Amino acid sequence: MGCNCCGQTESAVRSPEDSAKFDELDRYIASLLEGQEPDRKRGCLIQILHRAQHLFGYLSEDVQKFVSARLQLPRSEIYGVISFYSYFTDQPVGRYKINVCTGTACFVKGAPKVLDEFKRRLNLTEGQSTPDGKFFLGALRCVGACSLAPVVMVNDKVYGNVTAEKVADILAECAD
Amino acid sequence: MKIDSPAALAETAAALKAKPLPPVKLLVSMGTCGIAAGTAPVLKAVYQEISDRSLENAIEVSEVGCMGLCYAEPVLMLVDRATGRRLIYGDVTPQQVPAILAAGTDGIAPGTRTLERNWYYPEFETAAPGELQARIVLRNTGRLNPEKIEEYIANDGYAALAKVLTTMTSQQVIDLIVASGLRGRGGGGFPTGKKWQFAADQKSEEKFIICNADEGDPGAFMDRAVLEGDPHTVLEAMAIGGYAIGAHTGVIYIRAEYPLAVKRLEIAIGQARERGLLGRNIFGSGFDFDIQIKFGAGAFVCGEETALIHSIEGKRGEPTVKPPFPAVEGLWKKPSVVNNVETYACIGAIVRKGAEWFRSIGTAGSPGTKVFALAGKISKVGLAEVPMGTTLRTIVYEIGDGIKNGRKFKAVQTGGPSGGCITAANLDLPIDYEALKQIGSMMGSGGMIVMDEDDCMVNIAKFFLEFTLDESCGKCTPCRIGNRRMYEMLDDITSGRGTTETIDKLKMLSSTIKDTALCGLGQTAPNPVLSTLANFEDEYLAHVRESRCPAGVCAKLIHYEISDNCVGCGLCRSHCPVNCISGERRARHEIDQSKCIKCGVCFQTCKFHAVEKR
Ligand SMILES: Cc1cc2nc3c(=O)[nH]c(=O)nc-3n(C[C@H](O)[C@H](O)[C@H](O)COP(=O)(O)O)c2cc1C
Ligand code: SF4
Ligand code: SF4
Ligand code: SF4
Ligand code: FES
Repeated sequence: MGCNCCGQTESAVRSPEDSAKFDELDRYIASLLEGQEPDRKRGCLIQILHRAQHLFGYLSEDVQKFVSARLQLPRSEIYGVISFYSYFTDQPVGRYKINVCTGTACFVKGAPKVLDEFKRRLNLTEGQSTPDGKFFLGALRCVGACSLAPVVMVNDKVYGNVTAEKVADILAECAD
Repeated sequence: MKIDSPAALAETAAALKAKPLPPVKLLVSMGTCGIAAGTAPVLKAVYQEISDRSLENAIEVSEVGCMGLCYAEPVLMLVDRATGRRLIYGDVTPQQVPAILAAGTDGIAPGTRTLERNWYYPEFETAAPGELQARIVLRNTGRLNPEKIEEYIANDGYAALAKVLTTMTSQQVIDLIVASGLRGRGGGGFPTGKKWQFAADQKSEEKFIICNADEGDPGAFMDRAVLEGDPHTVLEAMAIGGYAIGAHTGVIYIRAEYPLAVKRLEIAIGQARERGLLGRNIFGSGFDFDIQIKFGAGAFVCGEETALIHSIEGKRGEPTVKPPFPAVEGLWKKPSVVNNVETYACIGAIVRKGAEWFRSIGTAGSPGTKVFALAGKISKVGLAEVPMGTTLRTIVYEIGDGIKNGRKFKAVQTGGPSGGCITAANLDLPIDYEALKQIGSMMGSGGMIVMDEDDCMVNIAKFFLEFTLDESCGKCTPCRIGNRRMYEMLDDITSGRGTTETIDKLKMLSSTIKDTALCGLGQTAPNPVLSTLANFEDEYLAHVRESRCPAGVCAKLIHYEISDNCVGCGLCRSHCPVNCISGERRARHEIDQSKCIKCGVCFQTCKFHAVEKR
């Protein structure tokens, strides 16, 4: 084990694409940590994880190690945070992230039926991705568009007034 | 461009107001709800039409936040500057835009929907006689362009901060807020002035003022509306709070699900810094103050203030026992004040207009207004800001226009997963903090989920328990295990496995959890169960005694059958998602009960009322 503080461990095995992402993450972390008191560095952890997940799609072991080294925090601490917050995931997820809102407004307007229909059609349960890596199915609590309940988000696109019958159309729109 | 004194602020505001403006202002609602409903293509059509017809000098377009008329999004509002006449269009399509712009404010474009009452009064900080709403918190939301600090400055923006920094002592500010009687809008209703006093009394070089923008209650969206629609109001109030308690750093903790609010806040902070309204020596007073944004990551419990502070510190967002209260030992162990977005949104107006004025609105114990987010089975889903003490009947029937599709009102859930339901018996109760507590509910953040006769109250209670179960941080046993047991019991009841004994056990366990859980999440988790039990015990009994769900919701207790009314049209057969309906054309159809998933699609599609729910 070499020194663990420069964040450049194992970069040899990374693809050029990944390396570029790690470089970007590194610059982002540097910008956040600038002028930060040493014992308050970890206050940037959640922001860093958000950026990392945005870049990589999920928080792989490699990414966790990298962040751990940059913040000089034990891996276990990083993992503890990732596992606590439902937004973070350490598993690769499908390209189309389908999130059914199961907030109260959507619930009373029939979100469970919509979720069931997605589960049935994709043969998935919440939090899983299809084996071909195309779809991820999840649930989230209120995106603040309750007037359009029930709401489904596919990546950043919001579908309003969704019924079980519209599920097939939504899936069909996810073509590639 | 720095504004370095109150005089400079007044000059800037005067100059902005004096600037000649096009005679008509067109407001386009670009909040999350509007955008999701399709405002962006409408806006594009507006710009296209304006450039095609060279209307740049006739119409000023302002992209604003949520007007509160979410049920009618996409919404456009035309304001005639000279006469003050307003025209609001709802459900606007891009195709309607040319006609709407051609009609201007003189007439109504044919083939459009203007909102039934052409009301909208964000300018009123006090309700005019006869008006149901009074807008203090939402005074600028949906009216001013949140991405333009100029609009805010031209409308008294940062005047309260100027007044505070140059003419008042810290103690005077606190006394003012105490005198106003303002109570925290985040749920608890704790007196804001008192909280500030605690923090001000602490001796510390460093203190923090924190804005709780986690808005965890699913179905509440007023904080989002304020942050998206009027971010400067929150920034200004945080600076005032900072001055009052002696903090130079503000932190806004915002949930990750609100990307648009984050963007607008970032823009606003940048603009305020540019003009010296945040930063060093604000208004030449010697007071330094700046604000940073921190993100949540999808954990409801992080709305609880001690958990929120841990989350800002980059830790797991687990609550800790109070005391010590954050005002004594908060962020990085320094005295910190945590207030809700809506609480902050009241501060500027109180400073400008005085404590007396604020107390003149609302009730004696709960002065001011409250913003409610109306959602669920109500006709007009949206935001309503009313004086405290307004009755539920006014909110649901007059502002919200009653229940959708003429169904019967059953209950309103307030306080989200920590609250309870209000039934028809209490429709005329003037709503404030105490009144709601007395009837076993709570104000909470102001989310109001309206339920009708088609909602099963046992199932609703189960929904909330599932929510708290999901969101429990797992730190203490009563919440982690106890709430799971409660959930299982409710699941038994909704599946027809429950007995009257199950109900008794539910009651007992509820009181144990209330007494022993560590934080508010666990302590209040049994509330929806207790409240639905108190008000709808007959529904629970129907489930356990007769294996019947009176609302026809609990799938395990219902089944669908096709009756003699069936004409054999085959519509249900083609819609059934699992193909379990069979039958020849023009002959009575049949459902294979072993395959039916009870989705209810056949029930909804049959035009001959031949599908029966039993
Ligand atoms: C489980 C739980 C969740 C909470 N969620 C929120 C929230 O989303 N937003 C909020 O402002 N307050 C929330 N609170 C209340 C805060 O702990 C705190 O009392 C509040 O932010 C104080 O601000 P106020 O005095 O201005 O209301 C929550 C409390 C608990 C126990
Ligand atoms: S009551 Fe629940 S959320 Fe609160 S500390 Fe205990 S386990 Fe965590
Ligand atoms: S839709 Fe109604 S009438 Fe038509 S086949 Fe089905 S049950 Fe019969
Ligand atoms: S309830 Fe749904 S699954 Fe059952 S028969 Fe009707 S359409 Fe088919
Ligand atoms: S509850 Fe689904 S968007 Fe609010």
